[in-house]
Amino acid sequence: MTIDAITAVLLAMLGGAIRVSTPFLFVSLGETITEKAGRINLGLEGTLVMGAMSAYAASLYSGSPWLGVLAAACAGAVFGLLHGLLASLRRVNDIALGIALMLLGTGLAFYWGKAYIQPQAPTLRAFHLGAWSDSPALRSALDINPLFIAGLLLAFVLHWAFANTRVGLTLRLVGDSEAAARAAGAAVIPTRVAATVIGGALAGVGGAFLSLFYPGSWNEGLSNGQGIMAVALVIFARWQPRRCVLAALMFGAAGAIGPALQSVGISSGYYLFNAAPYALTLLLMALTCSRDTSLKGAPGELSLNR
Amino acid sequence: MQDRASFSRRNFIKAAAAAPALGLLPASVRDALAAGGITVGFIYVGARDDFGYNQAHAQAAAALKKLPGVKVIEEEKVPETVAVQKSMEAMIVQDKAAVVFATSFGYFDPHVLKVAQKYPNAHIAHCGGLWSEGKHPKNVASYFGYIDECEYLSGIVAGLTSKTGKFGFVAAKPIPQVLRNINAFTLGARSVNPNATTRVIFTGDWAMPVKEAEAANSLLDQGCDVLTCHVDGPKVVVETAERRGAFSCGYHASQAKLAPKGYLTGAEWDWVTPNTTFVKALQEGKPFPNFVRGGLKEGFVKMSPYGAVVSEKARKAADDVKAKMLKGEFVIFKGPLKDNTGKEVIPAGKSFAQQAIELEGMNYLVEGVIGSV
Repeated sequence: MTIDAITAVLLAMLGGAIRVSTPFLFVSLGETITEKAGRINLGLEGTLVMGAMSAYAASLYSGSPWLGVLAAACAGAVFGLLHGLLASLRRVNDIALGIALMLLGTGLAFYWGKAYIQPQAPTLRAFHLGAWSDSPALRSALDINPLFIAGLLLAFVLHWAFANTRVGLTLRLVGDSEAAARAAGAAVIPTRVAATVIGGALAGVGGAFLSLFYPGSWNEGLSNGQGIMAVALVIFARWQPRRCVLAALMFGAAGAIGPALQSVGISSGYYLFNAAPYALTLLLMALTCSRDTSLKGAPGELSLNR
Repeated sequence: MQDRASFSRRNFIKAAAAAPALGLLPASVRDALAAGGITVGFIYVGARDDFGYNQAHAQAAAALKKLPGVKVIEEEKVPETVAVQKSMEAMIVQDKAAVVFATSFGYFDPHVLKVAQKYPNAHIAHCGGLWSEGKHPKNVASYFGYIDECEYLSGIVAGLTSKTGKFGFVAAKPIPQVLRNINAFTLGARSVNPNATTRVIFTGDWAMPVKEAEAANSLLDQGCDVLTCHVDGPKVVVETAERRGAFSCGYHASQAKLAPKGYLTGAEWDWVTPNTTFVKALQEGKPFPNFVRGGLKEGFVKMSPYGAVVSEKARKAADDVKAKMLKGEFVIFKGPLKDNTGKEVIPAGKSFAQQAIELEGMNYLVEGVIGSV
């Protein structure tokens, strides 16, 4: 492997990290908020797909991709509201409900989305931060979408807010101990519903990124399970927003390894390299989990803890 | 049983349960055939309007609908699993489809074969499979087009348009049809530019939009200035090339609308011809053909119109070869031909015409392709 090839692969991984990570980032941040409040919403895959479809449709009709992002957030919020309210009923299991909503979301999105596979909707623009460079690889790696930056900022804001604001503390209290929250006079159910709504809205925005920026068109294979992976990343990130950023970037970079190696001519075993993101996640999970530390940081009210 | 129009599906299932005992079912199918009315089923692996593989099949289905006495039923997004067996059975039993077109490669073995054995009176036509006499049921057919002819022509156009002589090919899986297309494209390009190379990236599945976009970007980063692909929906690859100012050659259906600046030409299917052959054979009571193949000459495949950027010289070079293909005088795969590891795959003096069965088991990439199967 020559220096050129190594540089090319590293550049592709940088580009991949920036291009591919955004949906993972938004979904995992959304899920972090929901899970911090003590609920698990496994339906975010459906919300992501629904968001992607609504964003594309809204952008097509309105001509403004940012209205598309807004539409995706609204669609996501509706799904979040549905999950939040239904999961508040007695004896409703939030995990099972999430799976049901995942199927509903993808099903509805495919059904309503039929008409939008063909047309081309206006897509989001990127900031060309690499304009100073002569290398086309670096230039394209540094085409950064505003949503990516928004996601990064959001992660740090969330990190701060969980520790330093009244809302953040209430959210964590509700998620850690329902009894304590009630004793402190916090509104448990409304907080959880609100957390699920916000989580859904963020997942919808993640979907908008898929259909309006990268790869930038709507079709039924668009997500391929990214929403499910993102929910898993939350556990990997130990419910910490800043770690979600790391996890999403790593996942995006690992996904770029397969295509990049083949493009520089290293093509044997590409099935293995294509599985890199999953293998890497498993490996890191195995390395970072031990009997003593597993699920450290998990909100106490999560149904997987009870 | 008289009034077929008001014959509900639920009643039919009831009747069907009793039918085998009474021998009614085959008779009713025969009646339907005798009346000239025929139901044709289509099963697609993806969405019907994907600007690609499934759209090409759906266009043929739409054309069949216009034929007198033909009723078309369709099902989309049927995975290459047991699910397709259920879809085929439903079409055969409930809708009394006389022929089911199973359009995705992975449907063939074991799904199409199993269902065909279970329902010897029904017919299943599969796209892309390799039917062989004695080994596979008589009521199964295989149809496919020699689209590598169009790939060769696209290669010529790409070879005469490219500035870098580097091409990128985003492919799904290393199966014979895909390899044949990559090879034909490369041979076409190298016939006009002997130094041209094609870099291949296999994504692993037919529809992986994010991975296809990653692959397209990686190829462009490596200096490829013409991209083409063999995945179900070429939309992502063609759009990515257009956005980054590169050229593209399409596949399956025309993607010219998606890339008004950089679209050179493309290899398109025209499934109307083979599909009509099957339907006509059944309507007229002729024997069901089992192995149907054709290329440009037979009207199974066609080229997208040349894009505005294609030079006069490139048009002429491609049109000259096309004229020979239409006369049946052109051979793409002829010796001496080496694969990209230096091994001789076709010895000097030997040539394989399009119909050669050896080509349908292709398992190598020719010299000039960077990649491995």
